[in-house]
Amino acid sequence: MRKLAIFAAALSLCGAAHAADVSLLNVSYDPTRELYKDINAAFAAQWKQKTGDTLTVNMSHNGSGASSRAVIDGLDADVVTLALAYDIDAIADKAKLLPSNWQKRLPQNSTPYTSTVVFLVRKGNPWHIKDWPDLVRPGVHVVTPNPKTSGGARWSYLAAWAYAEKKPGGSWEKAKQFIAELYRHVPVLDTGARGSTTTFAQRGIGDVLLSWENEAHLALKEAGGDKFEIVYPSNSILAEPPVAVVDKNADRHGTRKVAEAYLQFLYSKEAQEIEAKDFYRPRDKDILAAHARDFPNIPLYSIDDVFGGWTKAQQVHFSDGGVFDQIYKPGQ
Amino acid sequence: MPGFGFSLGVTLFYLSALVLIPLAALIIRPWEMGFDGFWAAVTTPRVLAALKLSFGAAAIAAAINSVFGLIVAWVLVRYRFPGRKFIDAFVDLPFALPTAVAGIALSALYAPNGWIGAPLAKLGIKVAFTPTGVLVALIFIGLPFVVRTLEPVLADLSRDAEEAAATLGATRLQSFRRVILPSLLPTLLTGTAMAFARGVGEYGSVIFIAGNLPGVSEIAPLMIIIKLQEYDYAGAAAIGVVMLGASFVFLFALNALQAWSASRR
Repeated sequence: MRKLAIFAAALSLCGAAHAADVSLLNVSYDPTRELYKDINAAFAAQWKQKTGDTLTVNMSHNGSGASSRAVIDGLDADVVTLALAYDIDAIADKAKLLPSNWQKRLPQNSTPYTSTVVFLVRKGNPWHIKDWPDLVRPGVHVVTPNPKTSGGARWSYLAAWAYAEKKPGGSWEKAKQFIAELYRHVPVLDTGARGSTTTFAQRGIGDVLLSWENEAHLALKEAGGDKFEIVYPSNSILAEPPVAVVDKNADRHGTRKVAEAYLQFLYSKEAQEIEAKDFYRPRDKDILAAHARDFPNIPLYSIDDVFGGWTKAQQVHFSDGGVFDQIYKPGQ
Repeated sequence: MPGFGFSLGVTLFYLSALVLIPLAALIIRPWEMGFDGFWAAVTTPRVLAALKLSFGAAAIAAAINSVFGLIVAWVLVRYRFPGRKFIDAFVDLPFALPTAVAGIALSALYAPNGWIGAPLAKLGIKVAFTPTGVLVALIFIGLPFVVRTLEPVLADLSRDAEEAAATLGATRLQSFRRVILPSLLPTLLTGTAMAFARGVGEYGSVIFIAGNLPGVSEIAPLMIIIKLQEYDYAGAAAIGVVMLGASFVFLFALNALQAWSASRR
């Protein structure tokens, strides 16, 4: 009799889960906390209307590389939304949880929103920092995280490199010299983007912070607008933080449909508006135009054009013994 | 003795599951790249600098803690004064505080615009984001190890010997050096060794105040994180093995020293 009751209870639980409760795990990188809080609420409301199911999207935030490693080591993500394609490549490559052509599955390199690297300086811009060469003037201190541990820092590094290589008279060798000089002006290498923002904003270290555009806007907003200024250099990099369904996990959970709808939703007008509000550059031209004040139009190099894609950039610059390690060899 | 078989069984199982098996997994890992690969991974200038900083700072911090920890323990055990219980509770804070919180608090204090950092900066002394910052964090987290191991031994120390020394005409310094210190030495060494071991592997409280510049203020645990970030699990394990080996040798030597000083008494 008791067994029967338990069985009935279990059955009714299963039934309930089937009809009404779905949950997704989105494993993301650090600065997207605010963004996905808004996105998740909007999508859950839409999903309820469409299917009647109650959707809960659980988030796990960490440095992009750490998040990627967690998924490889078994964190049960249905979708990943990371800072750079290499970190999702690693999941495809090392854990084989999704096909290696994942970036072709959604429009625009699977990146519904983009960002770039800007300078955050102290109010009044006392060092008159306007462009990349100003960062290596004597006496200027630059704050940026360690590219080995931070996705945002890699974008910053590549933005500086792209400037130095692509400017008139620039070359690969000159870019390397510029980068070496630039990192000689860095007094603190934090492990993540948020850490660097804190070092610059709270601890008062450095004259300029190389930052995600959205982080810079956030720091500006939090400080009340009278402590910092954002400076847009003459050019920067097109940072594409991509998204993907983790096929094997989603199939095992039976959540593929909702996971795919979730990522599709990121391209919708409603979500693009939220992304713009949280200072990510929306792909939608109209919404981007409506927020043009927040997103000045500067030339942005893409990683494919300058570096031949992430795999190559990672190998040349950030792997063990790569350019970043070389510029920190003693005596150079 | 009754119960030996059972309790030994529990001990062996418990230690194997919790300590031995994870450590064995760590030790097996680096050799997949061969001895040359292992050697190359741990002898790059950056890794060597990081190991030197982690072990050096931990040793200096432990030495400083052994002196000041002894004083703190002495005061807390030997004297009765208002607020003693309060100060006693203070000592445990570095144990209880999440290490990241300690690290953020320390870096806020010692940053050039912090309460302690600002006056020091005027004198031209930089603490936060330098190797000195690492030292400060390690002193902070190591203190309770020395104080808490010393306290019960100090409390049990009988005063007869001291009084006898005094009646025999020993000065205070003489009775401290000849009577008190020798009986405390084994415990003091234990506490110092624990503070050192904790300091070598400490990550959370150090990472925010270190500055993390390659070759300058980069600690060994961060090198492990960086290797993991490169998906170089074997390289990370290699550094782990070196740290483990060095700590083991150091602790073993300290234990031997302790046994020797105990036998001399």
